[in-house]
Amino acid sequence: MLWRPGIVLLVAFGLLAACNPRPQGTVVHDPYETVNRAWFERNLALDSAIGSDRSDDEAEPAAPGGNVLQQRVRHFGSNLSHPGYVVNNVLQLRPDRAMHNFFRFAINSTIGIGGLFDPAASVGLIARPTDFGETMHRWGANEGAYVVLPVIGPSTERDAAGMVVNIFLDPLRYVLPGRERVGATGARLAGRIADRQAFGDIIDANVMRSEDPYAQARLLFLQARRHHLGMDSEDDFIDPYADFPD
Amino acid sequence: MTPTPTSLIDRRRFLTGLGALAGTTLLWPVPARAMTQAEARALIDIVMQDVRRIINSGRSASQMFGDFEQLFQRHGDIPVIARSVLGPPARSASPAQMSAFTEAFRGYMARKYGRQFRRFIGATVQVTGARQIQRHWEVISTINMRGEAPFEVRWHVSDRSGRHLFFNLIIEGVNLLAAERQEIGTMLERRGGNLDRMIADLRQAG
Repeated sequence: MLWRPGIVLLVAFGLLAACNPRPQGTVVHDPYETVNRAWFERNLALDSAIGSDRSDDEAEPAAPGGNVLQQRVRHFGSNLSHPGYVVNNVLQLRPDRAMHNFFRFAINSTIGIGGLFDPAASVGLIARPTDFGETMHRWGANEGAYVVLPVIGPSTERDAAGMVVNIFLDPLRYVLPGRERVGATGARLAGRIADRQAFGDIIDANVMRSEDPYAQARLLFLQARRHHLGMDSEDDFIDPYADFPD
Repeated sequence: MTPTPTSLIDRRRFLTGLGALAGTTLLWPVPARAMTQAEARALIDIVMQDVRRIINSGRSASQMFGDFEQLFQRHGDIPVIARSVLGPPARSASPAQMSAFTEAFRGYMARKYGRQFRRFIGATVQVTGARQIQRHWEVISTINMRGEAPFEVRWHVSDRSGRHLFFNLIIEGVNLLAAERQEIGTMLERRGGNLDRMIADLRQAG
């Protein structure tokens, strides 16, 4: 019974994403550019309001992973996402990754003191996040159009739909009582923000310095996302020697 | 005795053949021996060790950007990269403009991509694989920070310019040539196609 809204949404959004296929040979499909640009600007304003500072070159570069407090927040929030990763790995028919994420969750929840630390990574079980957008990709869904979501930022139609389904696929939603569930969601959100502060700064600095930050962010997001999904293809290969045969 | 028509045709055919042969040789200035996988990996081994040395040198950011510029100059096919990111306007640019652009782009690239490498202070690096793509090599390297997922940088390597040089890098899926074609294209467009103005601004950019 609990699964019904999830399945309805899954079918609905799956169809939606499938209805808007990415045209062949076009790297960027952005029919909502006007709206996207507006949200991009608003998200930037929000970003500077919550104080993700852009690093100054001569300052010591922030260590990847952020400071100690950021790391604890990141790890705690990320650990709570692992049951959802396992469900998605199973739906992706990737038992190896499901086991990987299951053991990460088991180790970090116990030895890692409820997920505050990440001892699993020290034994080679590095973080391998996934989401329902990736699951739909595995099932053959096109990414659809590029979208910029309020607060969340760059995404695609398929991945945005996946985020909604993801909420329903999260086992913690069904085992935690109301207040803890809200707490878990909050912790994950805090983890995501810390993640962004820890890893986003350099890329963001380079994007913000560019001539058209919106267009650069769009290109970088789509390339990185497709890379995460294992979509690197030889079609994307650029041969500069072929451009200028003389 | 006058030459028969047959011998005339033969001579013409011979000359055409000679011309075609010469043309082919000009089009394919490839050394007799193609670049091997081991050579491609060896180049990126050197490059990655240099990257590691630079980021762990404890020097200031601007000094490091200078070091990266030297590294790119030594091991990167900068003229080819610059021409490629400039695209069609490169054909109408004067040689002086091309050399000014190439130099400005080299500094810009060192600042922008040096900044990305610079945050991996304390990391270890290794070359983890290589594969052939068309007539070039893609060498895969990883930057490892303790407890974090390895960071992947792919290098595209060729000997088409007569030496073993890299001509593109792909940082976690983000393609330098693709990103900079867009960036340089936008810069030029917003300056009404004025190449000199764009070059002047590129010197400050990155």
